[in-house]
Amino acid sequence: MIEFKDLVKSFGDKTVLNGVSHVMETGKTNLIIGTSGSGKTVLQKCLVGLLEPDSGQIFYDGKDFTHMEPEERKLLRQQIGMLFQGSALFDSLTVQENVMFPLNMFTKDNFTKKLKRVNEVLERVNLVGSNKKFPAEISGGMKKRVGIARAIVLNPKYLFCDEPNSGLDPLTSMVIDQLISELTKEYKITTVINTHDMNSVMEIGENILYMVNGKAEWTGTSEDIIFSKNKQLNEFIFASQFLQDAKNMRMMQATGEISESDLPDNGALPEK
Amino acid sequence: MKFLKQFGTYILLIKGMFAKPENAKVYWKEFMHQCSDIGIGSLGIVTIISIFMGAVSAVQTSYQLTSPLLSKTVIAQIVRDTVILEFAPTLVCIVLAGVVGSKIASELGNMRVSEQIDALEIMGINTKTYLVLPKIIAALITIPLLIIIAMVLGIWGGRLAGSMAGILSTDTYDRGLQENFMPYNVTFALIKAYTFAFIISSVPAYFGYYVKGGSLEIGRSSTKAVVVSCILILLADYVLAAILL
Repeated sequence: MIEFKDLVKSFGDKTVLNGVSHVMETGKTNLIIGTSGSGKTVLQKCLVGLLEPDSGQIFYDGKDFTHMEPEERKLLRQQIGMLFQGSALFDSLTVQENVMFPLNMFTKDNFTKKLKRVNEVLERVNLVGSNKKFPAEISGGMKKRVGIARAIVLNPKYLFCDEPNSGLDPLTSMVIDQLISELTKEYKITTVINTHDMNSVMEIGENILYMVNGKAEWTGTSEDIIFSKNKQLNEFIFASQFLQDAKNMRMMQATGEISESDLPDNGALPEK
Repeated sequence: MKFLKQFGTYILLIKGMFAKPENAKVYWKEFMHQCSDIGIGSLGIVTIISIFMGAVSAVQTSYQLTSPLLSKTVIAQIVRDTVILEFAPTLVCIVLAGVVGSKIASELGNMRVSEQIDALEIMGINTKTYLVLPKIIAALITIPLLIIIAMVLGIWGGRLAGSMAGILSTDTYDRGLQENFMPYNVTFALIKAYTFAFIISSVPAYFGYYVKGGSLEIGRSSTKAVVVSCILILLADYVLAAILL
């Protein structure tokens, strides 16, 4: 569990985080959503320690991260995995070497044992046989999966994903979302995802934090979003007519006004 | 004010490098990789520059020494001393500031922009120790070796040019090399080499490590790193000459 209280972060005169508080739950996919400039990336960077908040506290399973000694923080970071927006793979290393890197750095296992673990995680992210390829030789979706494999190779307790679907087609996005969701359940990880992708919000959002101007505007689950009366949230999530229709359909399904069988083959809303 | 802030950040980068490595074996591998990159990677250009600077030095010295009262061995002495004192350490290091410095700055800059440095930080790795320290140590070991090679090749280039152009025979040249030789000159050249090696590796590392923005900024910081390194090399060259000679 990751809990943060009253986080404030400013850059010069601009306050990006303005007293945001929330609890990220263990074994769940926790989502941070919001418009560009709402402070999601800064919040995530503060949570992992890439930025220092001006005030407020961050607790990792009750341990105060903000006041930790550098050595203690370093040890905690070894329990954190992170998937970056651009995957952040090391260009000069192969897929296998990228995934093996944390094992080389933090374990004393022999090569055979490390290779076995690398192959296990590569199999888990459906990348069998890609060991010898370089990042430049694989697709965006594959890079993300290598990033995930590298993030989970040390069995982290906390997984952070910064825009895991950016630049991916809808189908690949779904695969990545499902993979992250499955891994979260499988390894009981506290997963924090920073996303703009509305599919992700609706499909895997178990604990959602909606941010506006550096503040927590709304919290809930993907089911709660359907019935939320929050105007800003509705405008943000259901921005297009298509999404608005999808919301209405979900509401009608939830209230029993329509059933799955009532829906025409093309998925359009039935006429009233 | 901006200069003081940048200088302070540079000092903090240097200070931050000295931490216990997470895994000595991985660091050793990285150090050897940097030695190969900086040392062997620059050997070709150093060889070419050294031979030609020695050759040109011999030809131009002979052109200026028109007095029949002066022995031909003086040409060898002048070539030897200019190559050892100035050409090998300073000229080669200025070229290396371009070759090695831009590579270090762009490599680290690219890692910063593509979040690879952040990825290492998240893993709990001290990126200053892992990324900067091996480069500086590798430079401190390989650049003085390159300078020694440059001295030998520069003097040999002078010998080759002298005999090929019919300026002086190889025997006369060899005799000249042994006349009035001061071993301190080599010590002085090596002191310069170590100082310049530190500048060539640490200054571009600073510019690359703290780059902000995108690919355009990587190019800018790389250029800035080379320019600042060259200026600092020339400044250090003068200061060391004023103090130690």
